[in-house]
Formats: sequence, structure tokens, C-alpha cells
Amino acid sequence: MKHFTRLFVALDETTKTTEKVNAMSEYFSTCTPTDGAWTVYLLTGRKLRQLVPTARLAECVKEQAGLSDWLFAESYDAVGDLAETIALLLPPPTNNSDVPLREWVEDRLMPLRSKPEAEQKELLVKYWNELSTSERLVMNKIITGSFRIGVSQLLVVKALSKASGVDEPTIAHRLMGDWSPTEEFFTGLFSSDTQDADASRPYPFYLAYPLEQEPDALGEIADWLAEWKWDGIRSQLIRREGKTFIWSRGEELISERFPELMEAAEQLPDGTVIDGEILAWAEGEVLPFNLLQKRITRKSLSKKLLQEIPVALMAYDILEHNGIDVRIQPMNERRKMLVQLLTPGALDAAPSCRGQLNSIFRVSPSLMVSTWDELAESRKNSRELKVEGIMLKRADSAYGVGRRKGDWWKWKVNPFSIDAVLIYAQRGHGKRASLYTDYTFGVWHDGKLVPVAKAYSGLDDAEIRQVDAFIRQNTLEKFGPVRTVKPELVFEIAFEGIQHSPRHKSGVAVRFPRIARWRTDKPMQEADSLETLSSLINGGSSQ
Amino acid sequence: MSKLIYATDKGLYCEAGDFYIDPWRPVERALVTHAHSDHARWGSNKYLCAEPGAKVLRHRIGQDAQIEAIPYGQKLTLNDTTISFHPAGHILGSSQIRVERNGEVWAVSGDYKLDPDPTCAPYEPVRCHTFITESTFGLPIYAWQSNDELFTDINAWWEKNKRDGKTSLLLAYALGKAQRLLKGVDTSIGPIYTHGTVESLNQVYLSSGVTLPETARLSSMPRGTKFAGALVLAPPSAYGTPWQRQLNPVSAAFASGWMRVRGIRRRRSLDKGFPVSDHCDWQSLLKAIHLTGAENILVTHGYSQILVRYLQDQGLNAGTLSTQYEGEEETSTAEETSSDAVSKSAEETTFADGRDSADEIESAADKVEVQE
Ligand SMILES: [Zn+2]
Ligand SMILES: [Zn+2]
Repeated sequence: MKHFTRLFVALDETTKTTEKVNAMSEYFSTCTPTDGAWTVYLLTGRKLRQLVPTARLAECVKEQAGLSDWLFAESYDAVGDLAETIALLLPPPTNNSDVPLREWVEDRLMPLRSKPEAEQKELLVKYWNELSTSERLVMNKIITGSFRIGVSQLLVVKALSKASGVDEPTIAHRLMGDWSPTEEFFTGLFSSDTQDADASRPYPFYLAYPLEQEPDALGEIADWLAEWKWDGIRSQLIRREGKTFIWSRGEELISERFPELMEAAEQLPDGTVIDGEILAWAEGEVLPFNLLQKRITRKSLSKKLLQEIPVALMAYDILEHNGIDVRIQPMNERRKMLVQLLTPGALDAAPSCRGQLNSIFRVSPSLMVSTWDELAESRKNSRELKVEGIMLKRADSAYGVGRRKGDWWKWKVNPFSIDAVLIYAQRGHGKRASLYTDYTFGVWHDGKLVPVAKAYSGLDDAEIRQVDAFIRQNTLEKFGPVRTVKPELVFEIAFEGIQHSPRHKSGVAVRFPRIARWRTDKPMQEADSLETLSSLINGGSSQ
Repeated sequence: MSKLIYATDKGLYCEAGDFYIDPWRPVERALVTHAHSDHARWGSNKYLCAEPGAKVLRHRIGQDAQIEAIPYGQKLTLNDTTISFHPAGHILGSSQIRVERNGEVWAVSGDYKLDPDPTCAPYEPVRCHTFITESTFGLPIYAWQSNDELFTDINAWWEKNKRDGKTSLLLAYALGKAQRLLKGVDTSIGPIYTHGTVESLNQVYLSSGVTLPETARLSSMPRGTKFAGALVLAPPSAYGTPWQRQLNPVSAAFASGWMRVRGIRRRRSLDKGFPVSDHCDWQSLLKAIHLTGAENILVTHGYSQILVRYLQDQGLNAGTLSTQYEGEEETSTAEETSSDAVSKSAEETTFADGRDSADEIESAADKVEVQE
């Protein structure tokens, strides 16, 4: 536990990713395989079910520290995190131990779940009494299943790769799917025979740069391929050795989320890697992104869900063809290969959007325009078509690595924006846990403010502190963690899309809302109305 | 008969003695608990403080101020009252002020702590009927570690940075905290440099008879001096300013009681926080209140509502006293706000990189008083 806690503290004490990776790789190089397995388990966000009910933990710490309910509640309010509040409130330990992480988790904490209440409490007290404040924090986080310390799976992969000398895609491959945190699992991660992962290995994604100038600065339009910028999940579909793998841009394997794509991919020849966008798609149209999100976030994929939210792969590039890496080929050549593969015979005519190999595979159509002005005209249809704007790819460009200026540009439509009033606030997470940073905003309807958007980001630290102070001084009511705030502050809220939503009180749902700025110049009476907001659905004007 | 001491728009006033304690506006006669700027303000006619704090007070409010000082414990009659100063253990010269009229005793504690501090006289309980206390860290989550544990941590951090070829930048309040830390760190690890604001207060401490380890003012070093492996003591206002660049690669740590809470440290994007304060933690507050034997407790800045409610639950007669001492709810205390104000103003001014500009920033930081 001491070794793991030192790692936890080191990760907690830096915001630099290189230092995080170094701390983890140092740990993985020196830990026992069983501790390593549990560490990977916890750091990659796999959780144990809550082992002791929250209320019982709170009760136990109140007894230990001799605190009344209200004083515990005030303490929790100041800290914002239960596991930490408990760690800070407990009296200093009188014992000391250094039990390995594996033993803590498997022999001490996991058995707590099935113990009767009295014994649970007795054991909790005994365990807490052996640990320092930060060790207690770690223990409490394991118990409450709230292990969140700002390392992504990607960083864990990097660290494991660094510690083992095994390349990153192989490690990512080995971390996918179901596994148990055992000694064999951890030693398997470090195995230098990487053949197991060869077939699954993706190419690094090539990313576009936002276009900040007018497109005519890019030269002749004839040198460019233009297509819609689809709003889905950027993915690589890999078909090799009779197996299929789907990777997201975050270099996460998402194969299991899309069984219909996995099935269709069986029609692809071995040695194929396609780059494209997974979209929720029905009857020739993109469905709203939040539907696609359900496919990613739902724990289990029911038949019903698969039927309700069908998907398609909007393919726009091919990286491997007949087992050969074709990234060096010019974009327009690669496009030909892609079209030929997915819509055989279509090459003589104009590239078609209709998939023929399997209707789930579509080729992102090229926009047939001959001037930049025509393209700008087409871009105005973006909202109606539910795309984010236009992608511009230089016709003779190779498929690069990472985000590079020059060959690929995204020319997005501008976001929508409205002025709305702050009406509810909730505490943030992580480093903002002790501040009110999660806001709900309302717009006017029949003389009342109806909630339309929740937003977290967009203010700087000084503004956050000012708003936090305002919230604390102007709380009208508290409902659990939520405070109703005296309506007064007006913010400009930017968002990417809007649609009807019967589930929302206001009848509309906005997508990717964020705070554009604090309108200290605007009295709340001048905030926008629900009518104005609704008029934006169906591609209404955006500023 | 009115209360012996009450709050007015100028500050805490004792009518029977016709004096103010730590007034926030200029008055005829001010009794000052200590030299932090939310307690000792410029512009009053006459000041009275405890002897060990006289030089610090003069440094903060000016050479021309009329300052009188008496030893701890010595009684002085002011009109119908007898007053005396008693050590508060907060910083050099910090006092609790005892006021007596016809056998009724009040004690105004200013800021205080019970933990040992080799740079000032230890806290002494004052028996009284009414005790006026602050409550900056008046929540049970605030519990300080011992000096031993604290300095073990600080030394380990310094040594690790040294091994990694980094400078250790320790941010601490220039008056009091910086000297306490300086006196506690292991000076064998490496050289110690100071920011100008800290250095000038070190000089005042030295001239007041406090011994401190040897330090050098950072800006007096020749151009091109390498600071890797060294410890640099600076006020929080120096954090993130161009001045800091000469210390790269650097690991910055903030020494403050607020660092006990992870979220507060993390949102300041600091690598490291040492929870150390010259104020009482929760248990110390309760202990101090108990030791006074007071039946009436008046609570000033900090988590005052919470402390009052707790004391009332214990059957004590407690209430809040509204003052302008800083340390309001949550994190926007004097500790935080003042430093934010400084770093903001330092950020707004853009200086070219170089020694002269670093000096300019130091003096800019000097002008904005650091409060606690
Ligand atoms: Zn003070
Ligand atoms: Zn103070």
C-alpha cells in the first residue's frame, strides 16, 4: 500500500504528462506482478463495486472523530470529496503497516462487502488505524469505487510500454476486453513476443488543423478534395488474418461496441485498414450524436438498442490495401482504392455515396464544386445535413502522422450562441471539487427561467472564484449537492447543435454547451428566450 | 453599561479605555496585536504593541509612525482600563491583548497558534471572561502535522529536486511563515536564496534578535548564477511571474494551511503543497478556548458560523463578531486573495526577461502587502 500510495501522490502532484508516465513506469518496473496487475486495474478506471455503503462509511468516521451530523456535512461541503473528507477527519493512526496492494484489495477490502455491519465497521476502524492520511485516501477511494486521478488509459499504456520495452499498440491490445488482475495477466503484459498483437495494430491517425483564414488562401480549388466533416466517432477499422479490430482516435479498442460493423467487416479482404467516421445512421441520414454516445456508454448493448440506433461507417481513407501500407500514396489515389473496394464498379461514374459491398460501409462523398465560393455556399447547408462543416484535403497528399498544418484542414461552421442566466450550481470534480463550477443556465419562457444547458468550462480561474463566491452568498435553496442560485449572472453560452427533446423540461437539448464569456454588461432581463432558442433548430441562423 | 469592547466602523473599540484594537481605519490610539497588514494598518496617530514586535511593525507601517512598545505581561493603565500584551505564538511580537475593567477581563487574541515556533514566543493562555478568537481554519478537517513531520517532508522534497537538477521554490508568507520555515529546514542540503520581500523581513527579524540561517538575496547574485539544487523562499505573489523564470527548471510548493485540501492545491496548479499554518487548527482552537476559561466567546474571521454553532452545542455562550480581518468563508481568505491580487498585477505588467525587470517585480510585490 505504501508503494502504491507513493505512486498515487506522485501522479496527484504533477500536471505534466511526462512526469506522470515516468512515475508510473518507475512503479511498474519495481512492483510485484500482482500489485502491478491491481494498479493497472485501478488506474485504467476499472472499479470494484462499492464495498461498503457510503452512509455507513460516514457514520463510522463520525463515531471515530466524535462529530455531529452537521459538522460532518460542513466538512464534506468544504472538501467536496467523500473519500478525502473521511481521510482528513479521522484521528491520527496509532498503528503502522505495509501490506501489499494485492493483499489489501483481495484479502482485506473485497471481503468487506459480504460482512455484517458491525464487523464491517470494526474492520474499517482497524484498517484506517494502520494508515497515513494519503494511504487512507487511497483505501477510501478503492472502497467507494471512485478512483479518478487524472491518468488516461493512454498514459498507462505509455508507462507500461516504457517499463516493459513492449510497443504501445501491443500493450493497448493486451489491455482490451475482459481480464482479471492476476500475476499471469501482468507478466503477459510484459511479454516481449508481440505476435499476439500484430494483427490488431492501428496506424497513427492523421488529424486536420482548423482553418483560420479564408479557404482561397489555400490556392487552386482543383488541388483539393472537399467532403463533409462528419460528426461521429473517428475510427480505424482493421481487417487482418480473419479478425476485425476497431480503434477510436483515442487509440482505444471499441470493437465490442459495434457488432454489426464487426460482422460486415468479414466481407473485407485480409490486409485492409479503413479510416472513417462511425455515425448513427438511418434511412440515409445522420442521427444526432447523443444517440451514438449511447452506443459507447451503455453497459450492455441490447438488441433493442442495436435496432434503435443503427450505425454506419462513413469511410474516407484507406491506409492498408491488400496487406500493403498505402499511406504514402496520394490522397486521390487512395480514394480510388477505397471507392473500388467499397463500391466496386462505381469508379467510372462520379464517386457515389451508396455503398454496394455492404450498405453499412459508405464512402464519404466528394463535394463537386469548382470555385471556393461554391464551396462556401455548400458549407451553409452543414447544419441541415447535420455535419460540422467541410474537410479540405490536398489531392496529392500522403496520409501523415498526428496533427500537421498544411494538407488537411477542417473548415467548421461557427457555433451557435445565446445569453442565458445562471440558475443552479453544483460542485466540480477533481481539482475543482471544493468550488461550485458546474452550472445550469436558463432562458426566459412565460416570465420564468427554464433550464436549457449545463456547462462546466470556459471561465478562467479568477472568474471561477468570483462566481463561486457569488453562488455561496446567493444560494436560495440546497437540494443535496445542487444549489438554487439567485438569478442574476448572465453568460454567453456557445453550443454546436440543438434538437427537440421531449425528455427536457424546455423541450430542447443543446450539444456541447460551453461558456463563451461572462456577460457582466447584461442584466438578466435581457437574456434570450426559449422562443429564440427553439428557432435555431433546423439550421436557424448562427452568429 | 456598554460592552467593554465592541465593533465600530473603524474597528474594535474599547470605550472605557478610549482605544482601538487592530483598527481598519485611522484612529487616535491603536493597540496592535501583530504586524500582518489586515491587523496593522497605516495612518493612526499612536500605536502600542508588544516590544518584540516593534521593529516589524515599524517596517510595515513606516518610519514616521509613532510607535510605543511594552514588554509582554507588563500592565499599563489606559483611562478606566488596565491592559497588557501576552504572546500569541503567531509571528514575531504577536500578542493577545488583555483588557480589564473593574475585575471584568476580555482578551483579544488577534491571530494565534499553539504549535511551537522557534521564531517567536510561545502562546500563553490568558484567563478571561470574554475571549475574542479568529476561526480561519475552524473546521475539523484542518489538523496540522508536527514540525518534525513537516520538515521531514520539506527536506525530502528539496533533496529530490536537487537530485533531479531542479530549483526548489518554496512559496510562503513573507512575514512570519518564511522565517519559521527557514529556521526549520535542513541547511546542509544546499544554499538558500530569498526573494527581496522575504529578505527584507529576514533583516528585521535578525535585528530583533532572532537567529536565522544564512541566506542570499536572489537578485544580488551575479548574472548567470545557477540555482539548481538550491532552495528559494518567496512570497506566493512571485509564483508564475517572469521573475520565476531564472529558477527553471523549478518545482514550486506552497506552504499554507489550505494545502491540506487536495482540491485547493490542485486548482492552483502547484506541484506540491505543505499544509502548515501560523493559525490554529480545529483542535488547537478548541483547546485554546478551553484554556481561557471564558464563558463568552466572540468569533471573528474564518469559519465563524461553524465554530459558533459548535461552541453553542457545547453549552458555551458564543457569537460572531463582524470585523474586517480577512479570512472569510472557504478559500478566499487573506492568504489567498492578497496573493492573487499580486500575481494578477504582476502578470498584467509585462517585463522583458532580465535582471532589472526581476527587481522591478520584486519591488512591485513589496508594495502590495501580504496579509494573513
Ligand atoms: Zn496574522
Ligand atoms: Zn489575520
